[in-house]
Amino acid sequence: MTSVSTNPGGRSAPSTEGRFARIWRRNGAGYLFLLPWLVGFLGLTLGPTLASLYLSFTDYDLLTSPRWSGLKNYEYAAFYDRRLGKAIEVTFTYVLWSVPLKLTVALLLAMVLDRSVRGVAFYRATFYLPSLLGASVAIAVLWRQLFGADGLINQLLFFVTGIQGPAWITHPDYALSTLIVLAIWQFGSPMIIFLAGLRQVPQDLYEAASMDGASGWRQFWKITLPLLAPVIFFNLVLQTIEAFKAFTQAYIVSGGLGGPVDSTMFYSLYLYLEAFANFRMGYASALAWILLVIIAIFTAIAFGTSKYWVYYEDEQR
Amino acid sequence: MAELELQNVIKEFGGLRVIHGIDLKVEDGEFVVFVGPSGCGKSTLLRMIAGLEEISGGDVLIDGAVVNEMPAAKRELAMVFQSYALYPHMSVRKNLAFGLETMKVPKAEIEQKVQEAADILQINELLERKPGQLSGGQRQRVAIGRAIVREPQIFLFDEPLSNLDAELRMQMRVEINRLHRRLGATMIFVTHDQVEAMTLADKIVVLRKGLIEQVGTPLELYNTPANVFVAGFLGSPRMNFLPGTITSVSGTTATIELEGGHSLTTEIPNPPAQGEVVTLGIRPESLVPVPEAEAVLSGEVQIAEQLGGETYVYVALPHGGTVTVEIKGQARVEAGDRLFLGFEGGKFHIFGADEKVIRHA
Repeated sequence: MTSVSTNPGGRSAPSTEGRFARIWRRNGAGYLFLLPWLVGFLGLTLGPTLASLYLSFTDYDLLTSPRWSGLKNYEYAAFYDRRLGKAIEVTFTYVLWSVPLKLTVALLLAMVLDRSVRGVAFYRATFYLPSLLGASVAIAVLWRQLFGADGLINQLLFFVTGIQGPAWITHPDYALSTLIVLAIWQFGSPMIIFLAGLRQVPQDLYEAASMDGASGWRQFWKITLPLLAPVIFFNLVLQTIEAFKAFTQAYIVSGGLGGPVDSTMFYSLYLYLEAFANFRMGYASALAWILLVIIAIFTAIAFGTSKYWVYYEDEQR
Repeated sequence: MAELELQNVIKEFGGLRVIHGIDLKVEDGEFVVFVGPSGCGKSTLLRMIAGLEEISGGDVLIDGAVVNEMPAAKRELAMVFQSYALYPHMSVRKNLAFGLETMKVPKAEIEQKVQEAADILQINELLERKPGQLSGGQRQRVAIGRAIVREPQIFLFDEPLSNLDAELRMQMRVEINRLHRRLGATMIFVTHDQVEAMTLADKIVVLRKGLIEQVGTPLELYNTPANVFVAGFLGSPRMNFLPGTITSVSGTTATIELEGGHSLTTEIPNPPAQGEVVTLGIRPESLVPVPEAEAVLSGEVQIAEQLGGETYVYVALPHGGTVTVEIKGQARVEAGDRLFLGFEGGKFHIFGADEKVIRHA
């Protein structure tokens, strides 16, 4: 007699309940530990991100339900929104000036602080302090006072040179420059990273170079900079992203309007005004996604060019 | 090529003196090895010669001119570092050319010199590679090449072989030796390895705690060490030291009683007084198995190491302590055997209570 079996292995297929129970028994504790992050990620990051992607294709004013509008928001941003053009111009100017200058100042100070001089730990902490405070509202308010028409900067300028300085933050020609100076002043973070990078450059390379007759300048160009390139690259990418996202300084200094004459209308500030002043949430979401694409393009360019100027010691080329 | 002279050279780090007044002369074309244990100041001394460390006192002279304040680059020296110190982001060719480019040597000349160095060191096929793609031995060659292209007055080597494995060290020793003969340059080589010192040097400088213990040719130091330290430092396996006491003195003839009861009578030019403590130093190859009646020492074999060409036998003495015996060939000795030992041809040294030699073998 022949019998036909549907389960040749003789084993019963594991039930869904059994499989979950086994996974839970094996990894349950891990998932429990993961839960706070997972809830935060899904609820506060992934969820809003996907929601904003959806909203960017809608008209939405917070009071009525979103209405699907297809690519209208993106079309408007690309072809009709002249104020957005100004915001992009201001933001690009800010990024292109503040990032290189901030990195240059950070590197120079890191090199000074890399020397074994008395009280160097104090100076390191002092120079890092602006980074902790720099993006805060209080500092932006203080900055507004310092650079006001009758602020301390102008008083000092008059005292030293006799020149009456302009109203730095209310004059369209100077407002953005003032914010760039504020950004440069927050050089602490990249400086600390540069300092760590400098510590990694073997001292005997400098000794070998000095025996080869290389001046300090040549040592800087031929040894310090190339060996620091990965750190420079890291700082460049990080600071570029930060600069594109800059918001607080412009908001406080310009009183939340990006003035005078839109001269401090940062992209993030314009996005904020569209969302929370004009209640065009759908358009603001589209702007957020456009900013993401802009940052992604810049980052991609940085990564793409890095193979020509960034040397990693473990690479085989 | 050049002569080098150190006159009462002193180095202090924050009040702590680490080099205590060194006097030394290195002749033109000589290969001098600074040897000593870790912390003896040999690398510091080399770095002072190189101009990488300030001199706290005394003078460094190159060809008779004091160079104390002269920057490293102007001393016309080249240094091979322990870590190789190759520029990791530059190709081998760029590494070799870096010093010449700095000196603004014409490109064609740089290319020619790099090629010559590559030929000498047989690294032609490595010229376009980066240091990260090279083995330890290849990096070492490049580091030496970087020194060669500059045609320095003096080559300085700071423990250049210490990161290589045993076989490669031996190979590089031979190459450095060959290089010295070929270039005829003055070379100063720092090492803590006495085999490197013995095999490479025209002249060895033994250092301890910032002081020169002895200067001489390898065989001078091996055969006539000035003190217990030099005697123990040079030679592998190291010299055996046996404590003893002068039991009688008659003119230049003294009798020494060794711990364990054996005694021996020998000639000592200026013998210490009766009752003084001395140390007998005898190299492992000078200890030979003898019949019991002729034995100066006896003990039980602990370990016998068969190396093929020779056998190292470690013998425990009855009063404590161990001596090493080197027997040519493959000795039939096993752990637990009792061995009676004599001094071959009276080849032993005697050191006084101050550890200075009072009789050479």
